[in-house]
Amino acid sequence: MADKEAILAGLAEIVNEETGLETEEVQLEKSFTDDLDIDSISMMTIVVNAEEKFDVKIPDEEVKNLKTVNDAVEFIAAAQA
Amino acid sequence: MTGRPPALPAQRLQQNVEDQMTTPTLNQYVPAAGSRILSVGAARGNLVVTNDDIAGPINSSDEWIQKRTGIITRRRADADTSLLDLATEAAQEAVQKAGLTGADIDAVIVSTVTSPYATPSVAAALAHNLGATPAPAFDISAACAGYCYGVAQADALVRSGMARNVVVVGAEKLSDVIDETDRSISFILGDGAGAVVIAASEETGIAPSVWGSDGERWDTVSMTRSLLDLRDAAETARRTGDTSALTNPEDRLWPTLRQDGPSVFRWAVWSMAKVAQEALDKAGVAPGDLAAFLPHQANERIIDELAKQLKIPDTVTIGRDIKETGNTSAASVPLAMHRVLEEDPSLSGGLALQIGFGAGLVYGAQVVRLP
Repeated sequence: MADKEAILAGLAEIVNEETGLETEEVQLEKSFTDDLDIDSISMMTIVVNAEEKFDVKIPDEEVKNLKTVNDAVEFIAAAQA
Repeated sequence: MTGRPPALPAQRLQQNVEDQMTTPTLNQYVPAAGSRILSVGAARGNLVVTNDDIAGPINSSDEWIQKRTGIITRRRADADTSLLDLATEAAQEAVQKAGLTGADIDAVIVSTVTSPYATPSVAAALAHNLGATPAPAFDISAACAGYCYGVAQADALVRSGMARNVVVVGAEKLSDVIDETDRSISFILGDGAGAVVIAASEETGIAPSVWGSDGERWDTVSMTRSLLDLRDAAETARRTGDTSALTNPEDRLWPTLRQDGPSVFRWAVWSMAKVAQEALDKAGVAPGDLAAFLPHQANERIIDELAKQLKIPDTVTIGRDIKETGNTSAASVPLAMHRVLEEDPSLSGGLALQIGFGAGLVYGAQVVRLP
């Protein structure tokens, strides 16, 4: 189980790989769509990679609730707990 | 006397056994060693529709559409061109290229989800157009997997000896089921038909098919409503003169196609990569053995991600007909095959992994030798 800081760092790496965005850009309060310009398809790629990296399940219907980076970090932390 | 008949004497029983032994054995078809694709034909809608042409009603742009789908243009058919016209054009090319005539064709299978008639089938009319009557002819409903489903069936028919030359066509006039304001799928759809002739051969030209369904996800890609709603509104208008349901600007009664894009993307890449890998394994080949990878032309980002997951090497030509034709559902795989062979005839005789997946949900994949 990773703490939230580690989850954020891991998520930033995944976002960087998918979009080319610098990892520092991936901050908790950032919105995936509005701030990071990540579309729904890229989001799915990020979700699948996050599932693998953090060994959690993120169902399709949950993905639309992950609006900010913090939403994703919280979801992954709770799923790991 | 009523009730139980008396037991037969022993001598009679023996006679019965002898009768059974002299009952004629049944003949069966002589199986063929293998099957292969002899030829491929194509028809695309006669109208070239650009992204700018359709961007307005979905508040989009050429750049947005290209970035999200890879589509530059989609081909659509005009009002005078029917689904059957497209199917006929593609099938005639395939039959001709195979060096056959309609009389040589002994089964016609059409995959489509856009026939304006629930019955009779497109296939029966197509068989007639090809001069293949009285060949058995039937439609299948397996959306974007339909061509691969058809190939699976044709392969089985030919190898069993039940048919020698089968025409398989994927044909769609998807412009009949689009909503110009829909941002989920309508803007990627095109019209076209792709056809192959599958015939008996000495060697295996079609490896085992991997096909399946997941009806729990029936509504992931589906029509907006059933036709019965439209019938009821039309009946109300006819009987009472109340046309409000028919003219409601907020609610179109004609069913159009919709999808849950992100969910489909996830399934199309990560679930279909497993199906494609299984098709490779069943064929006994590796990605590096392929000349071409021909996935359903749903979205170029699905194609790219699928190729990445399967570790398709750069040496393999990847079908990207979607850029100019759009997503033509059942027609997309044979159209992609037709294009790669036209652009690079040296691929002929090489192996291709083809995979279709879509509404149902359904999927089908197989490795084939290119005609």
